[in-house]
Amino acid sequence: MIKIKDLQARVEEKEILKGINLEIKPGEVHAIMGPNGSGKSTLSNVIAGREDYEVTGGSIDFEGEDLMDLDPEERAHKGIFLSFQYPVEIPGVTVSNFIKTAINESRKGRGEEPMEAREMLAKMREKTALLEMDKSYLSRSMNEGFSGGEKKRNEIFQMAMLEPKLAILDETDSGLDIDALRIVANGVNKLRSKDNAVLVITHYQRLLDYIEPDFVHVLYNGKIVKSGDKSLALELEEKGYDWIKAENA
Amino acid sequence: MIDLAQDLLSSFVVAEPQLNGSKNLGVVTLRKEALDRFEASGFPTTRNEEWKYTNLKPVLKHDYKILLKGDDAVSFADIKQFLLSDLDTYKLVFINGKYSSWLSETTHRDFDICTFAAALNKYPDVIGQYLGKSAPEGETFVDLNTAFADDGAYIRIKKGLTVDKPIEILYLTTNENGPSFAQVRNLIIVEENAEVQIVERHQNIGEQQSFTNFVSEVFAAQNARVQYYKVQNDATHASLVDNTHVQQARQSNVHVGTYSFGGKLVRNNLHFYSAGEYCESHMDGITIIGDGQTVDHHTLVEHIEPNSYSRELYKGIYLGKSHGVFNGKVMVRQKAQKTNAFQQNDNILLSDKAKVDTKPQLEIFADDVKCSHGCTIGQLDKNALFYLRSRGIPKREAEGLMTYAFASDALEYVKIPQLEKRLNAVIAEKLGINLEFAL
Repeated sequence: MIKIKDLQARVEEKEILKGINLEIKPGEVHAIMGPNGSGKSTLSNVIAGREDYEVTGGSIDFEGEDLMDLDPEERAHKGIFLSFQYPVEIPGVTVSNFIKTAINESRKGRGEEPMEAREMLAKMREKTALLEMDKSYLSRSMNEGFSGGEKKRNEIFQMAMLEPKLAILDETDSGLDIDALRIVANGVNKLRSKDNAVLVITHYQRLLDYIEPDFVHVLYNGKIVKSGDKSLALELEEKGYDWIKAENA
Repeated sequence: MIDLAQDLLSSFVVAEPQLNGSKNLGVVTLRKEALDRFEASGFPTTRNEEWKYTNLKPVLKHDYKILLKGDDAVSFADIKQFLLSDLDTYKLVFINGKYSSWLSETTHRDFDICTFAAALNKYPDVIGQYLGKSAPEGETFVDLNTAFADDGAYIRIKKGLTVDKPIEILYLTTNENGPSFAQVRNLIIVEENAEVQIVERHQNIGEQQSFTNFVSEVFAAQNARVQYYKVQNDATHASLVDNTHVQQARQSNVHVGTYSFGGKLVRNNLHFYSAGEYCESHMDGITIIGDGQTVDHHTLVEHIEPNSYSRELYKGIYLGKSHGVFNGKVMVRQKAQKTNAFQQNDNILLSDKAKVDTKPQLEIFADDVKCSHGCTIGQLDKNALFYLRSRGIPKREAEGLMTYAFASDALEYVKIPQLEKRLNAVIAEKLGINLEFAL
């Protein structure tokens, strides 16, 4: 689905990604772990097309197409979704109107007709239920006055509505208590299929207890320095990151 | 070059005997004194502190006709788009400063919704009691208007009455044979416990330059409630100086909303005299303008008695080579203890060529008050923009949505749903967006 080759990126003059190689196939769940400042969020933002980062080398191929020249919205239309670590508040725009706009703009971008109002409503009902959200969510202003947990749940709600091919969850577990974490993870798991893929970016192992990865990669100093299965995550949890740092000093 | 001030002074000699109210000695004296003051002051220049950021020269240079004639050729179809067509309203329509009876819908049944001209001729007592009592002497444009104005809206709501439907006031310019300079005037008297909603606009539907010097005097008696909405979406060859002066008595509640989307140069002088206890004074507005347009909001709230509240919220969005000015002054007199005054002016510049001058001012002579003021000038938040785009919303729509979200809280106090819908549609059009997300 996505092939990242020797990806290098910087922000202003600072090199952050120094040659990332990663391939994710449909149906797979990958986790990227690593200490703070290793480049995890940069990687997710670069995949989603954030313009603050300058890609200085390498390539990202998504379903046979080079992503580099595409705007963030075009990447979204192709099925890439980034769940933000810090979702943005948009006062004056309700969750339901926001998601309607996002869905129909994506459909327009793909040359499809807007979704029927009835279908939209049914889908919203289904997905709010999946994430155990009260329906009153829908008429609240986007993220305004939301708690940390509500914001994250709203991110996964949007993901559920948009049905992306590749969902990148950037530190989705931060700010979540254990109940919210379970609900969010449950939501993500229900959305998994053989046709889509998930990339989980996380500092801690605990989210991976709920969303089980097929592959775990350790990002350190702008490079993937270790890959393995889910046992690698447990090893990191137990031993911390110091041994990784020592190995790559 | 033609000197407009000179032209006005000489025209007055010809015009004065023909003006409505010229048989009323009080009115005649008022006019002559006002003209004398205008003669002494002339038009303000940018050396005048109050006009520092707004240069009138380009507007004053045209060869304006001063003595204007009405126009019988305008039909309802021509003006329908400027009215709230989906709502039953009283209508006062003026063409080139003259009342158009066939386009208007007035009443004298329970309240007077008619013309300033009629009031000048028929109600000398009311005129004597109110005319010029709210708008201050010594302000150039007010003086000039006092000297020349003899028509406009006259609204008087008697004690305890609520007007059954909103009143729309439409000032049209149609002049085709040269630029025109109109002087029109409202007199709005809302008596004790009475309530009224007013929607007002100035519209040039001709091809020629126009300049309107407008005065609106509003008197809100004890416990009166007034909602007064100004829709400024005129052609880019139309300029306006709007002088609105609101006098408030105890427990009255007055809201003036100013929605500025058009015109070449628009200057709003909005003054509230909060002269009773427990008054509420609300003023808010949205400005969205582009290339070659200037909108200047000068507001003053004067708190004279204790325990009153004022709220001021102006949002500005500037595209292209546009210029915005906000100068908001809150004055709290010594006696006005426990005044609660809020003022905020927020601006977004969507172009490198747009410019905003903003100046909040507080003058407080009482020692037990709660006053806050603030202003911001910024661009759209990049992080938020990326958030929207990452959800598939294209850049232009994302910018529009964020801009709309930024502006929309200034519409919170609009109490006529049809008007709110209209304003939303205009905002969407100005920002080039689809408004489905907000409606």
